[in-house]
Amino acid sequence: MQQRWGLPIVAWPARLRPGLWDVVALPLVIGAIVLIGWAMKEMSVPYQAGDELPISLDPWMLPEYGLRSVLRMGIALCFSLVFSLAYAALAAKSPRAEKLMVPVLDILQSVPILGFLSITVTGFIAIFPGSLLGYECAAIFAIFTSQAWNMTFSLYQSFRAVPVELREAARMYHLSAWETFWRLEVPYALPNLVWNMMMSVSGGWFFVVASEAITVAGQNTSLPGIGSYIALAIDQRDLAAVGWAIIAMGGFILIYDQLLFRPLLAWSQRFKVEAITSDESEDAWFLTMLRRAQVFRIVTFVTDIVVGRMSRLYQRLAPPRRVRAREVSHTYSRGIDIAWAAVLVLGAAWSLYEVIVFATTEVGWSEVLRVVLLGCATMVRVVVLVALASLVWVPIGVWIGLRPAVAHRAQPIVQFLAAFPANLFFPVVVFLIVQFHLNVEIWVSPLMILGTQWYILFNVVAGTLALPTDYILVASNLGVSRWLWWRRLILPAIFPAYVTGAVTASGGSWNAAIVAEVVKWGDTKLVATGIGAYIADNTQAGDFPRIALGITVLALFVLAFNGLVWRRLYNLAEERLRLD
Amino acid sequence: MIELPLVEAKQVSKTYQTPDHAGRLVLDSIDFSLREGEIVALLGKSGSGKSTFLRTIAGLTQPTGGSVVYRGRDVLGPAHGIAMVFQSFALFPWLTVLGNVELGLEAQGVPKQERRQRALKAIDLIGLDGFESAYPKELSGGMRQRVGFARALVVNPDVLLLDEPFSALDVLTAETLRGDLMDLWTERRVPTKGIILVSHNIEEAVEIADRIIVFASDPGRIRAIIPIKLPHPRDYASPAFRQIVDEVYGLLTTVPGREGGKRGQKAEPLGLGYRLPSASVQQLNGLLDTLMEPPFKGRADLPHLAEAVSLNDDDMLVLIEAVQIMGFANVGGGDIEATASGRKFANADMEERKQLFAKALLAQIPLAAHIRRVLDERPGHAAPETRFLRELEDYLSEEEAERVLESVINWGRYAEIFAYDYDRGVLSLENPGA
Repeated sequence: MQQRWGLPIVAWPARLRPGLWDVVALPLVIGAIVLIGWAMKEMSVPYQAGDELPISLDPWMLPEYGLRSVLRMGIALCFSLVFSLAYAALAAKSPRAEKLMVPVLDILQSVPILGFLSITVTGFIAIFPGSLLGYECAAIFAIFTSQAWNMTFSLYQSFRAVPVELREAARMYHLSAWETFWRLEVPYALPNLVWNMMMSVSGGWFFVVASEAITVAGQNTSLPGIGSYIALAIDQRDLAAVGWAIIAMGGFILIYDQLLFRPLLAWSQRFKVEAITSDESEDAWFLTMLRRAQVFRIVTFVTDIVVGRMSRLYQRLAPPRRVRAREVSHTYSRGIDIAWAAVLVLGAAWSLYEVIVFATTEVGWSEVLRVVLLGCATMVRVVVLVALASLVWVPIGVWIGLRPAVAHRAQPIVQFLAAFPANLFFPVVVFLIVQFHLNVEIWVSPLMILGTQWYILFNVVAGTLALPTDYILVASNLGVSRWLWWRRLILPAIFPAYVTGAVTASGGSWNAAIVAEVVKWGDTKLVATGIGAYIADNTQAGDFPRIALGITVLALFVLAFNGLVWRRLYNLAEERLRLD
Repeated sequence: MIELPLVEAKQVSKTYQTPDHAGRLVLDSIDFSLREGEIVALLGKSGSGKSTFLRTIAGLTQPTGGSVVYRGRDVLGPAHGIAMVFQSFALFPWLTVLGNVELGLEAQGVPKQERRQRALKAIDLIGLDGFESAYPKELSGGMRQRVGFARALVVNPDVLLLDEPFSALDVLTAETLRGDLMDLWTERRVPTKGIILVSHNIEEAVEIADRIIVFASDPGRIRAIIPIKLPHPRDYASPAFRQIVDEVYGLLTTVPGREGGKRGQKAEPLGLGYRLPSASVQQLNGLLDTLMEPPFKGRADLPHLAEAVSLNDDDMLVLIEAVQIMGFANVGGGDIEATASGRKFANADMEERKQLFAKALLAQIPLAAHIRRVLDERPGHAAPETRFLRELEDYLSEEEAERVLESVINWGRYAEIFAYDYDRGVLSLENPGA
């Protein structure tokens, strides 16, 4: 008690003495710190709009550019983590906040990510005038928006799903709210969170590439990174440089995977509540190194002390648990509920009024109608593409899924393909369209699903793998074959998994529309009719009202599409076709 | 010398708020006290509020009326000195055995050295030494529950609350753990002064409790208090032990509204809002078969019959209630006897059984008769399930209404008195495919 504020008596435990793994680990740690320091300095160099940032097509510059891109990704990931923890905790704990926060999150999820970039970039530049940092922040923010919502939803759902008896045990043994959060809720949410982080980062590479070449009111700014490198290669019609960029990106994704996600995934296994220890075979050499090297034990040792102190501090500062007078608080809280609902309704009404005023004065109703029609054009593309991708990948996915040995080998490849930013391949496709004079309206479309089709394949494989062998044996025993086999056995069995994959694929396609409907190769610019092209063009021109209009309509399309199509299919899958 | 009770519940009531603000009473004016050196077992059908009552004593939930007093103070939240062991163990899977046991001490701010020492002692006491560094998922159910006990005992509680701690374990494991716990208790090797056990196993309760409190349902209230004066260790086979088991069985198997209904006496009819038990028709068939076969030949001691069909007491009670209300058997004094229609049913073939079941269902269960009548009267002979759900919600909670409707649909389908389309949620008279 008395020594609470004194220095901690640090007994140097025997397990913290240096070992063989440290020989490898120590230089790694120091190297990483130095690199991050250097890149941070580079990020905040003085910069005025219009200045030339020299980007070189020399392949040897790619490691440096790649590092800058990777770092942006890392920073965005940290922010996403902090944001999602705070947001999800609040939404899960306060029913009042929940009423607003969950729908808001749902809408944020439907807003196209590059739309965030178009809208926020001017603001960030104003915050850091005369420095590159404003542009860096805008790019990082765009990457952040591609990760945060997804992670927040996962955390929110996990927080709500913590088993009642575990919560009761935490209360029974007098864990404070702070301790319950860090020792029960966060650990419980970890396995899902790590998986979602990995998926988010996969999707994020696309936006890392897309957000580095920023145009504000006609002024091009290229942040050093792989995205800018490829933008320059497109500008100079350098197909070889595109190839180098693709190779370098592949390398960086592999490194990210090996150094960050393999270890994280393997480590998060122990937070799983189910008593299964199947995926223990995750090949995580880096985790082994971390576990063996004493350097990192010191890190955990110190964090333990810090977290311990924090929770003591919290216990001291937090007010003692109030004893509520139940009767009084009941009517009182109902009053607040009503007031809160009134505030929300009024806020919504006021916003709606503003939107109508904006639409009539700034852009005009005919423009709104035109944008809605453009949205329909893009929707047709998305629907056709998801259908085509399904026709291709469902049979292939089932074929792979029925052969566990093949599936085991294919899994990392598909995961890698899903992570690979498809926009790096755009120049190749555009080059082909130009060469063979193909129809732009049709042949630009595949770009939209290039990166996200893998989710369909991935989920179909997983769904087929999960199908109990008994079912397949019964089918063959009864002589069920061909079309009947698909209709009565496979399609219903993989449907829930397929829907999950198709939702992701269609969401990704909407997002990709902004970069896929306008593509360039040198001076040649190919434009397809659609809402994505509308947003891209107006971003180029710096026309803020039209950007806002385009993004709002696109978001509404995504919301409606999700609500009317995917959610229904999802419910159907949940209610009728679950295997248990 | 007057001994003050360890824990005292005075007129504890609990009402749950329903969406329509009507409120549903789950605990009705319960007076209870736990004296020093005593083990009290709470028994009752599922839904009788015994678990809610235990949580009220734990301070995990607040009564809407009355109060719980511990050491002279109202319990308004989890109190120091009261520890709980959970049915699902509720261990933190990411902490080792040692970490789980230390958790409560850590939250109390016990210094690390002392924490470790006390945790190791508790682990040793409950027979877990050697497993300190194991994670819960590496352990069997029995070992996990030992961790649950160690975690509770390490904080040196006055009062130990046990929420069906053995019911997730197999019979053999439960028996061993129960024996070990009783050894600790009778040899006074733990400072615990009183234990409250919620159980669904009647023999378990009779084996360890000094007093059994039988709860009645709707709303939960105390139906009977049975003191047990037998010395420890108790012999399952002794006549005194069997007699108490029979008595408790008798108390638990009387259908509400038919209390004291003697054989042959006309029973009071059930209402529309009667909580139809979720008994499986297959099990009901099996139970009557077993009852009619040797060695029972139509009449059985309930605990014996439960053993013969290897069902736990919870499932057994549900089934017994079902055969009683259907008029297939009568229950009294811990015995069950097949009625004439029960005997006829057991001797019938599959088709006949369905007909007999349908007849009994329409005659005995007002809800089934009501559904059939509505469907008969409607021009299309179909009605959405929501129609009946809403009616049931006048009597029952939303959840309970759904359970009851699901149960009556299952029985009705077996009896072929009506059909149900899951996809559309519609009850009808049509035969599928016909």
